[in-house]
Amino acid sequence: MTDNKINIPTAAELTASGKEIEILFWVGCAGSFDDRYKRVTEAFVKILNHTETPFAVLGEEETCTGDPARRAGNEFLFQMQAINNIQVMNGYNIKKIVTACPHCFNTIKNEYPELGGNFEVIHHSTFLQQLIDEGKLKPKDGNPFKGKKITYHDSCYLGRANNIYEAPRKVLESLDADLTEMKRCRSKGLCCGAGGAQMFKEAEKGDKEINVERTEEALSTGAKTIAAACPFCLTMMSDGVKNQGRENDVEVKDIAEILGSSI
Amino acid sequence: MMEYVEQIIFLGVTVLFVFLIAKRVGIIRKAIGLGKPGMPQGTRSQRFREMMLVAFGQKKMFKNFLPAFLHLFIYVGFVVINIEVLEFIIDGLAGTHRIFAPYLAGFYTVLMNIFEFLALSVLLACVIFLIRRNVLSIGRFRSREMKGWPKLDGNLILIIEIVLMLAILTMNATDQLLQDRDPYYTETGTLLISSTMLSLFEGMSTEALVFTERFAWWFHIVGILGFALYVTYSKHLHIFLSFVNTWYSRFEAKGKMENMSMVTNEVYSMLGLPNPAGDTPPVEGEIPRFGAKDVQDLKSKNILDAYSCTECGRCTAECPANQTGKLLSPRAIMMAVRDRAEELAKSGDGENGKSLLNDYITKEELNACTSCNACVEACPVNINPLEIILEMRRYISMEESGSPASWNMMFQNIETSFSPWKFAPTDRFKWADKFNNGGAETTVTD
Ligand code: SF4
Ligand code: SF4
Repeated sequence: MTDNKINIPTAAELTASGKEIEILFWVGCAGSFDDRYKRVTEAFVKILNHTETPFAVLGEEETCTGDPARRAGNEFLFQMQAINNIQVMNGYNIKKIVTACPHCFNTIKNEYPELGGNFEVIHHSTFLQQLIDEGKLKPKDGNPFKGKKITYHDSCYLGRANNIYEAPRKVLESLDADLTEMKRCRSKGLCCGAGGAQMFKEAEKGDKEINVERTEEALSTGAKTIAAACPFCLTMMSDGVKNQGRENDVEVKDIAEILGSSI
Repeated sequence: MMEYVEQIIFLGVTVLFVFLIAKRVGIIRKAIGLGKPGMPQGTRSQRFREMMLVAFGQKKMFKNFLPAFLHLFIYVGFVVINIEVLEFIIDGLAGTHRIFAPYLAGFYTVLMNIFEFLALSVLLACVIFLIRRNVLSIGRFRSREMKGWPKLDGNLILIIEIVLMLAILTMNATDQLLQDRDPYYTETGTLLISSTMLSLFEGMSTEALVFTERFAWWFHIVGILGFALYVTYSKHLHIFLSFVNTWYSRFEAKGKMENMSMVTNEVYSMLGLPNPAGDTPPVEGEIPRFGAKDVQDLKSKNILDAYSCTECGRCTAECPANQTGKLLSPRAIMMAVRDRAEELAKSGDGENGKSLLNDYITKEELNACTSCNACVEACPVNINPLEIILEMRRYISMEESGSPASWNMMFQNIETSFSPWKFAPTDRFKWADKFNNGGAETTVTD
């Protein structure tokens, strides 16, 4: 996949030129600001361009969905954010949204309808799987992950919260990778420790960090690639790998990055 | 008169227990009624299906085979053997002995043998469970909240069941011996399991046998009545309430948090926008709290959950916070809600200066939750500890502004720069500069 001709139209631009917005790519705060996770955003827009998917982003008009505020108990702040975002998206007549963040996905899909935001929301794992199924994305025969051991870490907000277990796995399987499961996987998957606004504070007193516990389990599979499908999981697992001093031989990557470098 | 003594005593004992049980049911109803109304969405057929699968069919138990299998034996045994209680009650009131035997004849023998087989299974399963609880080191039975009464409760139930099963077998064994000696004792046919115990009683005089048989009979029926009363004080209430509780299951995505329409109104008016759902009328009288400080602020469903909890600890065993040594235990949350609701229901409405928050559940526990839903997924009877935790966080944040400092920072960031991290909102689209300035085409080309 080449880098040139990457278009990232904004909703404002498309609307100004009289175009409909078919799919809105909801980037999310981590996707916009987190240096490491911005690479996932890049990988995903490249895939969108590569597959000639007509999309737009909100650009500076996007704001936090309010998920961390709601989970930390601040319902006012959540609803302020939600209602603002819904106003903006309804203004652009948005119908369908794709996002790489399971927290944004859960909030927009399940919690915005009650506040007047009714959109078809799809997580990028499902979206990527569809592109593969439709034949629009074909991993190269000699892709770097072929035959390599990969372990997939389930995001709680994708898995238990929304019952999406198979889509990210299907994406990885399309690479002919050797997908190795951890003992605690799918509905029994262990949290990375960042959900419920934990990302934004120190953990309570305990005898271990959750991400270390989880990373140890991931490393014990022998996989050199830990796949994630959530910005928080990605951060937590990367920190865990550093904590174990394995950052030189083990990489933590989002499924969009893995797929992006294989086509 | 004298000939009716036994019947009169039986009637008296039964009435007494029924009265005591009814009183307890009243208290439990009151405790559950402390909460706010509001039922999760779902159709009747969905609810019925869920109840049959989860409560009756024990679907979620079968994630782990051995305990599920043993539990199934106790459960089926318990239900089926209670059919025999019907005969006990008729005999007790009418002064008859095994009233069904002559009518059912051969089938009675089959039934009794099934009961005996189940009684033995229950007995063995209970013994294995006692060993699992007390000898093997299974983490979820050893947690902080399982000291004292909860531990005793778990063991007592198993011991009571064992003793009750022994009483049935003793009764049947002595009865079979008496059948040869006195025509009053209706032929039951050979009862396979209790007949292995015959040698224990063979040497006894007829009087001693009559006494033992009567003793075992009384012991069993009073034991069952006592057990029914005991259950209302115990975690064992799940034998009834799990049916009610699964009927009121939630069918929405687990990740969805309930919307607070009270807040929606205010937010719309703060933004100067009309509420599309229409303005809900202002609340009369006392303004309700935001979130939950005490059990009255929770929904009745949450309290029903607490009464249905069997303290099995599957939730806590899966909880990432608990597994890494944090104070949080979703089981302890459910036990706290139950204890507090029970306390309030018993003491009338008198506040005693205590509340669920702080006196029963600390902020440290609440703050440790990652909202991962592992507890909700794990619970064999569809209990939701997470909903309670999040409601209490709402109270702490909105009524007390008592969230951890870093969360207050995060709130501030969202308020001022629309992101949980402190970045300039105008930098939000900078990630695309790389492509936009890198010589590639920037915007749409027509
Ligand atoms: S949702 Fe909270 S209480 Fe439940 S298992 Fe996860 S961290 Fe523990
Ligand atoms: S909440 Fe459910 S899983 Fe947890 S102890 Fe109670 S019954 Fe067991």
